[in-house]
Amino acid sequence: MIENRPILNMVSHAVLIFGVIIVALPIWITFVASTHDPVRMTQAPIPMLPGGYFWENFKQTLFGGGLSGTESAPVWRMLINSLMMALMISFGKIAISLLSAFAIVYFKFPFRMGFFWLIFITLMLPVEVRILPTFEVVADLGMLNSYWGLSIPLIASATATFMFRQVFLTIPDEMLESARIDGAGPLRFFWDILIPLSRTNIAALFVILFIYGWNQYLWPLLITTETDMTTIVMSIKQMLEAAEQSPQWNIIMMTALLAMIPPVFVVVAMQRLFVQGLTETDK
Amino acid sequence: MASITMTDLVKAYGDVEVLHHIEGDIHDGEFVVIVGPSGCGKSTLLRMVAGLERVTSGDISIGDKVVNDLEPADRDIAMVFQNYALYPHMSVRENMAYGLKIRKFAKDEIDRRVQEAADILEIGQYLDRKPRQLSGGQRQRVAMGRAIVRNPQVFLFDEPLSNLDAKLRVQMRLEIRKLQKRLGVTSIYVTHDQVEAMTLGDRLMVLNGGYVEQFGTPIELYDRPATLFVAGFIGSPSMNFLPATANSGTLTLGNGATVSGAAHASGSVTLGIRPEHLVRDENGPVRISAQMFEQLGANTLVHGVLEGTDTDVVASLPGHVTAEAGSVMSFKASASDLHIFDSTSGKRIEE
Ligand SMILES: Nc1ncnc2c1ncn2[C@@H]1O[C@H](COP(=O)(O)OP(=O)(O)OP(=O)(O)O)[C@@H](O)[C@H]1O
Ligand SMILES: [Mg+2]
Repeated sequence: MIENRPILNMVSHAVLIFGVIIVALPIWITFVASTHDPVRMTQAPIPMLPGGYFWENFKQTLFGGGLSGTESAPVWRMLINSLMMALMISFGKIAISLLSAFAIVYFKFPFRMGFFWLIFITLMLPVEVRILPTFEVVADLGMLNSYWGLSIPLIASATATFMFRQVFLTIPDEMLESARIDGAGPLRFFWDILIPLSRTNIAALFVILFIYGWNQYLWPLLITTETDMTTIVMSIKQMLEAAEQSPQWNIIMMTALLAMIPPVFVVVAMQRLFVQGLTETDK
Repeated sequence: MASITMTDLVKAYGDVEVLHHIEGDIHDGEFVVIVGPSGCGKSTLLRMVAGLERVTSGDISIGDKVVNDLEPADRDIAMVFQNYALYPHMSVRENMAYGLKIRKFAKDEIDRRVQEAADILEIGQYLDRKPRQLSGGQRQRVAMGRAIVRNPQVFLFDEPLSNLDAKLRVQMRLEIRKLQKRLGVTSIYVTHDQVEAMTLGDRLMVLNGGYVEQFGTPIELYDRPATLFVAGFIGSPSMNFLPATANSGTLTLGNGATVSGAAHASGSVTLGIRPEHLVRDENGPVRISAQMFEQLGANTLVHGVLEGTDTDVVASLPGHVTAEAGSVMSFKASASDLHIFDSTSGKRIEE
């Protein structure tokens, strides 16, 4: 808007600043807490300004045994576990849903719509709902405490299949026909034309799925029993409970801070494609 | 290069037959235009030749090979689509090279052919642009380029000019015509625009409701339309149709006036006269009460009704003509310009 109304301007700025504070304050406190020594963190008014223990906390958290007095894995190990899980989930979901959307949109086979609706109704069955049978299956397959067990049950995705179906439906039929005349077989068409045309959608979905995978809590909690396989998100909760003495806030907050970095990195790196993927309609 | 033969070709979607027993021979190097109103089955016919629609019954041959069951890529054809269907993520060069790449042509052969096509179509400076960075006319050329690099036996065009503005359309029309003559490739071109059809085609196939009404040269269609439909479709403004009764060389019009001619017909017929064949004559038998004049500059269109009836008649007169609305003007037409059709079947009654 190009109106010039000072009061309105002030009010809208105030609202914005208030919003920023609400979002940023917890993060700031997390950061501040991760820079103090354990003793300071137990004293009454919590500090609002950074202290001088950042590097010590950082080293102890990332490479040391984490929390003193417990035998959890070092945080770097958890970061790798989380990263593997998030990447396997997002790549797996994207690959599977691209292929199933391709089949549903471009191939005529019996009960095609039936399959589509079958996939679609699994939307109503998120992991939490089917967690016991899924656990049973994964346990029987001997996939407890493995990356496969962490990721495979979360890979099937109706949302992503549905989204790619919509994307493919916006691609004009002539594109397929001219590829057929050019001599491209189905896989070639998929690889040379469909994938590049859905590039931005894939990127947008990757961001969403990576964060979804990274934030998984219940499922990893259930199927990992070895400390070596814990993921960072579940470990934060465990750290809170584990210590018999009062929680070591500096370490916990440092862990939380580290847990935030990969998703932030993914969002920032993919931002441009992400926005394009959600808004672009031009095919 | 190849000829195309369609024998007893039928296309049905479920129970609905949309193309009925099409017969047609297209000679090697010929430019055939399929023309007809919207929904008559032009695109369907073209797409059957391309291999994008299955043949319900009958045969299509290209050269002397029946191609009914061949994939589009194996028919040695190239097609230009109405919306061009360029691959948006590939540069112009890649778009043109894609078909050759799939066919595993050598790199330098691909480059040579793309360059050659780009020179012919004058799109050399756009080769590294993406389609979205081109104007409609330029995209059109790229689509043509994609067709010609493959050096196919047959070109298929489905209303390739309908997204362009009127002026560009006229220009591209000429270019397509020149290009086709130069390359000598057998071509089928679909359009609903009869002017485009008349100017482009060596021969025109007029389709109506899935039937071939007539298949002949533009002049044949204009001079001797085989049916009322063709007579009304070809030529602009379209032919006047006057109900008449024929009796031993005399046609009696609805208002009782008589025109001599049509000795070969008798009974109730439809008399067709093109607006440009009505000539002013004080004693002419065709008397029109004029209602409106359209000045086109070079000529004037007189819109009116046959005096005493409500049959609409249009006459096209050279130069500027003005008269009072409501005044009566008399016309004659020479016997060779009269077209006689059977009123019930709509078929031309031959001499
Ligand atoms: N997939 C389909 N299923 C059923 N009927 C179809 C299908 N495709 C086309 N038709 C019918 O076939 C007829 C011919 O269609 P076609 O697209 O060939 O028309 P056209 O002559 O190209 O028209 P236009 O000038 O509007 O492009 C139409 O009546 C249409 O409704
Ligand atoms: Mg059409």
